Amino acid sequence: MSSAMYERMRANPKFQELVARRGRFAWTLAIIVLTMFYGFVMVVAFNPTALGQPVSEGSRVTVGVALELGMFIFFWVLTAVYVKRANTEFDALNQEIVREAWKEEK
Amino acid sequence: MNKLISSLALMAFSAGAFAADAVAQTEKQATNWHAIIMFCIFVALTMGITYWAASRTKSTADFYTAGGGITGFQNGLAIAGDYMSAATLLGLTAMTYTQGYDGYIYMMAFFAGWPIILFLMAERLRNLGRFTFSDITAYRLDQGKVRTMAAVSSLTVVCFYLIAQMVGAGQLIKLLFGLEYNVAIFAVGILMMVYVTFGGMVATTWVQIIKACMLLAGGTLVMLLAMSQFGFSYTTLIEKATSVHKLGDKLMYPGSLLKDPVTAISLGLGLMFGTAGLPHILMRFFTVTDAKEARKSVLYASGFVAYFFNVIFLMGLSAIIIVGQNPDFFEGGEIGKKLIGGGNMVAMHLAKAVGGNMLLGFLAAVAFATILAVVSGLALAGASAISHDLYARVIMKGRASEATEIRVSKIATICLGAVAIVLGILFEKQNIAFMVGLAFGVAAAANFPVLILSMYWKGLTTRGALMGGYGGLISAVLFVLFSKSVWVDVLGNAAPLFPYTQPALFAMPIAFFMAWLFSKTDSSVAAQAEIAAFEDQYVRAQTGYGAAAASNH
Repeated sequence: MSSAMYERMRANPKFQELVARRGRFAWTLAIIVLTMFYGFVMVVAFNPTALGQPVSEGSRVTVGVALELGMFIFFWVLTAVYVKRANTEFDALNQEIVREAWKEEK
Repeated sequence: MNKLISSLALMAFSAGAFAADAVAQTEKQATNWHAIIMFCIFVALTMGITYWAASRTKSTADFYTAGGGITGFQNGLAIAGDYMSAATLLGLTAMTYTQGYDGYIYMMAFFAGWPIILFLMAERLRNLGRFTFSDITAYRLDQGKVRTMAAVSSLTVVCFYLIAQMVGAGQLIKLLFGLEYNVAIFAVGILMMVYVTFGGMVATTWVQIIKACMLLAGGTLVMLLAMSQFGFSYTTLIEKATSVHKLGDKLMYPGSLLKDPVTAISLGLGLMFGTAGLPHILMRFFTVTDAKEARKSVLYASGFVAYFFNVIFLMGLSAIIIVGQNPDFFEGGEIGKKLIGGGNMVAMHLAKAVGGNMLLGFLAAVAFATILAVVSGLALAGASAISHDLYARVIMKGRASEATEIRVSKIATICLGAVAIVLGILFEKQNIAFMVGLAFGVAAAANFPVLILSMYWKGLTTRGALMGGYGGLISAVLFVLFSKSVWVDVLGNAAPLFPYTQPALFAMPIAFFMAWLFSKTDSSVAAQAEIAAFEDQYVRAQTGYGAAAASNH
């Protein structure tokens, strides 16, 4: 794999754009997941009774179960959102960068 | 009770492993013919696939990564298969049955690592790696030293995990099928050798896929049959469960499991980053065509895992009424006594109660198939560390021919199978619950920090990687050795030297710190070149240009 190809890709402003945009998106989502998960762990450790309360008067569904089911769904939706954007928008940009580096080679 | 919880905890903690502790000293049951026949059908089917796969396994790429030709959906199922072990099915159902909501908290901790792996690791793994994760750590560093280090920690993880699996398998099969312990160990060991040596990654992947489908179908069926007894109403289920369970309304409150914040955080870290450092899970990212498919694999895998955890939660809750109120499932026919076969049999009893012997047999066969599939994945990961890293790259320095490399990996598989059988027999009567924690601790502290630094931090040098890797490995092993689970429970000392059972919170910072310190202070010429080489690696990690392509089939 020629170092020259990598050099040209790095020099392409689109590469910086790809790295910055994808990196920001990935880290934002990762921080959302980490904050929610460890926040939840903290509630379990420090205020467990809050999780055992019913979501509304007389309901058998507790806050903890509702919250967790919500997290299962939400985290999975986040993975779907990331995969969707990475596989279309970011990959298209990615291919452009590789194509342009090839063109310069000729 | 606490002991039960901690062993269940460890069991649940293991993305595919077994703490035989809770099933130890099980009584041999009457031979279960339904289960044996269904298991034989599974073996016949997978042997057919192995025969077919053998004809397609010619190059090293075929053997290690199925030629990179697995689709995202197939790989997602296979990853889910690797992740949802028999321990997940049996251990988490049992945990929900005894502890209620605590079981659900555990499942969340199991699940939360997957989005992180997707966001921060999946595409870089696929873009940089080829056969083993050492391809990534050794990408711009000293091949010989770094690969040796990575192979040592990979093999450590694989061996601890294998012991836990084998002992668990023997105990479980004795219980479910009524076979002798040693017969069960040999059956698992030999079947695993056949799958891996003849079929390589192609066969291992398909065994994993079939097993994942069986597990999803079996679990769903049991859950639906059980829920039909409550008119598919969650409210009715909870009303009945809280009225009969000894915890009463406390059933749906967090219990004693994660009381101590240090343990809770350490466990969360170990689970999240241990998963991201397990060699057999990482290897799955190299079996797909490109980063696009790698991302899709995580999407499908996490979907299946999340779905199945919710199924298990409902199974565990229904079992409180269906199993817990039926005297037939208790020793001496008395409700509240010990469950027949021990606490881990909840899922099996539930299957029998709602679907009779046929469903019980099916679920038992699924459990056996699960163990077999996980053991095969582990053996392949271990064998590739020996043949690809140690033999081809370190000993032969890249001059080994593909044919000899494959031969070495097959020999390595057979040796690992033999080692697994011997260790399984040696450890039969031992308390092996800590092994899983150790495997995860080592994965999180030795493999993960060096792997993530090599992908994200320009300044990592060979010296830093070695010190970080070995530092994490040794500190994780020592923390577990001095903790209650080994120092007191196995070695019989009065008090543990290290107060916590989970090493990750302590061993991971040590690994990161040592990697940083010894890289920063490394002023050698080689280190300068390694740092300079990061730029090209970075472009490849981001764009995938130059990444190993799928071989043509």
